[in-house]
Amino acid sequence: MNTELFFIPFFPLAGFIMLALAGKRLPKRVVASIGAGSVGLSALLASATGIRFLLAPPQGQVLSLTLWDWMQVGGTTVSVSFLLDPLSLIMVLVITVVGFLIHLYATQFMEHDEGYSRFFAYMNLFVFAMLVLVLADNLVVLYLGWEGVGLCSYLLIGFWYADPANGRAARKAFIVTRVGDTAMAIGLFLLFSHLGTLNINELMIAAPARWPVGADTAVLAAALLLGGAVGKSAQLPLQVWLPDAMAGPTPVSALIHAATMVTAGVYLVARTHVLFELAPPVQAAVAVIGAATLLIAGLSALAQRDIKRVLAYSTISQIGYMFLALGVGAWSAAMFHFMTHAFFKALLFLGAGVVILAQHEEHDMFRMGGLRDKLPATFWTFLVGAASLSAVPLVTAGFYSKDLILWHAWSAPRGGAALWAAGLAGAFITSLYTFRMVFLTFFGESKTGISFKPGRAMTVPLMLLAGLSIIGGFVELPETLGNLPLFSRFLNPVLPAGPASSPEGVSEFFLQLDASFASLAGIGVAWVLYVLRPAFVVKLTAVPAVESARKFWLAGGDFDALYNRLFVRPFVRLAEMSKRDFIDSGYTGIADLSSAANHLLSRTQTGNIRWYAMGIALGAAVFLAIVVVLSP
Amino acid sequence: MEHGLILAAILFGLGLAGVLVRRNIIFMLMSVEIMLNAAGLAFIAAGARWGAVDGQVMFIFILTMAAAEVSVGLALVLQMYHSFRTLDTDKVSTMKG
Amino acid sequence: MTYLFYISAAVAVVSTLLVVTRTHAVHALLYLVVSLLSLGVIFFVLGAPFVAALEVIIYAGAIMVLFVFVIMMLNLGAQAAEHEQQLFKPGVWIGPSILCAVLVVELLYLLTSARQPVSAAPIAPKLVGIALFGPYVIGVELASMLLLAGLVGAYHLGRPHKH
Repeated sequence: MNTELFFIPFFPLAGFIMLALAGKRLPKRVVASIGAGSVGLSALLASATGIRFLLAPPQGQVLSLTLWDWMQVGGTTVSVSFLLDPLSLIMVLVITVVGFLIHLYATQFMEHDEGYSRFFAYMNLFVFAMLVLVLADNLVVLYLGWEGVGLCSYLLIGFWYADPANGRAARKAFIVTRVGDTAMAIGLFLLFSHLGTLNINELMIAAPARWPVGADTAVLAAALLLGGAVGKSAQLPLQVWLPDAMAGPTPVSALIHAATMVTAGVYLVARTHVLFELAPPVQAAVAVIGAATLLIAGLSALAQRDIKRVLAYSTISQIGYMFLALGVGAWSAAMFHFMTHAFFKALLFLGAGVVILAQHEEHDMFRMGGLRDKLPATFWTFLVGAASLSAVPLVTAGFYSKDLILWHAWSAPRGGAALWAAGLAGAFITSLYTFRMVFLTFFGESKTGISFKPGRAMTVPLMLLAGLSIIGGFVELPETLGNLPLFSRFLNPVLPAGPASSPEGVSEFFLQLDASFASLAGIGVAWVLYVLRPAFVVKLTAVPAVESARKFWLAGGDFDALYNRLFVRPFVRLAEMSKRDFIDSGYTGIADLSSAANHLLSRTQTGNIRWYAMGIALGAAVFLAIVVVLSP
Repeated sequence: MEHGLILAAILFGLGLAGVLVRRNIIFMLMSVEIMLNAAGLAFIAAGARWGAVDGQVMFIFILTMAAAEVSVGLALVLQMYHSFRTLDTDKVSTMKG
Repeated sequence: MTYLFYISAAVAVVSTLLVVTRTHAVHALLYLVVSLLSLGVIFFVLGAPFVAALEVIIYAGAIMVLFVFVIMMLNLGAQAAEHEQQLFKPGVWIGPSILCAVLVVELLYLLTSARQPVSAAPIAPKLVGIALFGPYVIGVELASMLLLAGLVGAYHLGRPHKH
């Protein structure tokens, strides 16, 4: 009875095939039903499986299904097989449910686009690839899904391919993630050559048996897998692709670059956490990368003008939180934040999509304003999402998940005050830029007229996601507020409980106070700066130092320029050198030499008869000289 | 005998110098004749040394060849003068390059 | 006999030198005739009277006369003589002269490696004739063909061409 494991990814795959083959000939309603319906069916099936999993857990908390043997190599067999355990169940539920809501939204959002069926074909293919990724039993099938989502990301970012800038953004995303993918592939090879298997469960048993904590090979393998995760999840130093990926349609940004694909890195680290526990330096690196990324991305979000870019940097920053949690060993806290983040970030992106459509495709927030009254449904749902992102205390899901991460950053053996301080500062910056976005877009005077009002297909997903952003946090109540850790208890078989937290409940409460204060302070400062005294900000940017700082963060910490100087320009220079085929110069050199010799020798053909006679005489003299010298 | 050969060598050298130095085609032809003669002298001297008739036979052939060569050569000189209006060989270098 | 050889040799060398250094064509030709005549004497000393006679008759008699005819036809006058004067700048004749000197020295070196007496017994014309019509008969036939070719060629090339 494990065939539902086959059908969950099968429905989107069937949707893709149908739309790819016949999509252009079908009317839009049919395309929409196939596109959104396939994901909806998957969501229903996943929910049913989830309920059954909760009520009657299978043996070992695992459902598995083997489809066929893919390849036999090196004495082992790699088979296409799926595995459903609590971790992948969470992922599958989020992907299918949130994915379905986004597909529903997209049926109206992309209504007037002539690539309607192509869009839904790609989206379905993406959902299929992502499901393969999370359901994979072994790292090879996971890598297959990994590459599949990378391909779909490329196809969807460059969806409006007529504009070359979109193609460039798509290529940039693909190439940067490729760097990470290559590292991950090498990591896979390393694991296989040392441990002889790529089945995840077997790996998690064999690795600690084979390597002591801190073994060099384990560190190397973990570092390589981290490289792949960093690329896909847009963390330092491979985060440069995500802001440019906003060139794609907004549902794409919501699904791929907020809720699902970019969290594939987090999923990978959580899945192979045993390996990371064997490599303390790498795990420390995960935490440091997370902390650094969340700060840099947060500051960059503060300087952006394009509403989607704010959300993109915000995504990078929030995934930084997840990495921070992974780095200190709080595996389930990271997954919890992933879940809540999927809800509110998708909500924010979808709301931003409505705003953009309503403002004549305008992206610049400084040209928006006063939409509070004109788009009420959008405003209220967006506000809920923003509150959840800023971790407004007690009522939002974001509060519980972010607070859990901050608590573990402080108290875990691998955490520390520095990491916690970074997280806290990040929380302040997060609420600051989030509410800056809200106030600029929805408050103040309206600068552009309304050109669109969302219909039911768009507002229903918004409202459902808003609801989830509020109640989604109640599955994991910390000790001080009810002590209901349902979520981590559910994940316990797969992700063992985090390191023992200190028994002082007072300390946790104190940290929660700090976090609440930080988020509310951010909202307050944003209110002052952007609603009460907007002129202050203008005066501030008149200062040259502030202005150059603003430009620096507008460019996202200017990583693009750095990479351009470090990698792109030398490579282009090498390519230019090679363009002249310098390796061929060995061969062309011979031809050039002959040509030069020809030019030289043709100068002896003067047409002058005495010159020729002189040549003969000279030759005779030389020849006789040889005879004279050599004769005895 | 080698005095004859030495004389032949000297005359040959003089004729060669004449070919290389003179520009007028007539003089060059004359110098070529000197060289041919020198060669013939060498043959005769060698024949005299061995007491064989072959040297004289060779000289007769050389003589014949010189006669044919001079007649054709002078006819060509006339053509050259007709076409280029000059007997200066340095000016007749259209086969340059 | 030996003195005759050396005297004629001296005459031959001097007149040849004068041939290559005259500016006037006819002067040079006349010196060439002298050179040929002296060579004829040398042939006679070396025991080849028939060849000496042939040298005088054919070489000096026919070939040189041909040269004289052509020079007279071309009418190389005084301006040609002036033209030739400029060739006696040292820069013109020094190079080739050195080259030829080198060549001659090499030849002399090679030739003086062995020593033989000078004069020889005369060889009868009859033996020459027997040799020509004996082993060398093919050479004679080829020589006659060559002369025919020369004749036809000279006739053809000597015709005035209408361009």
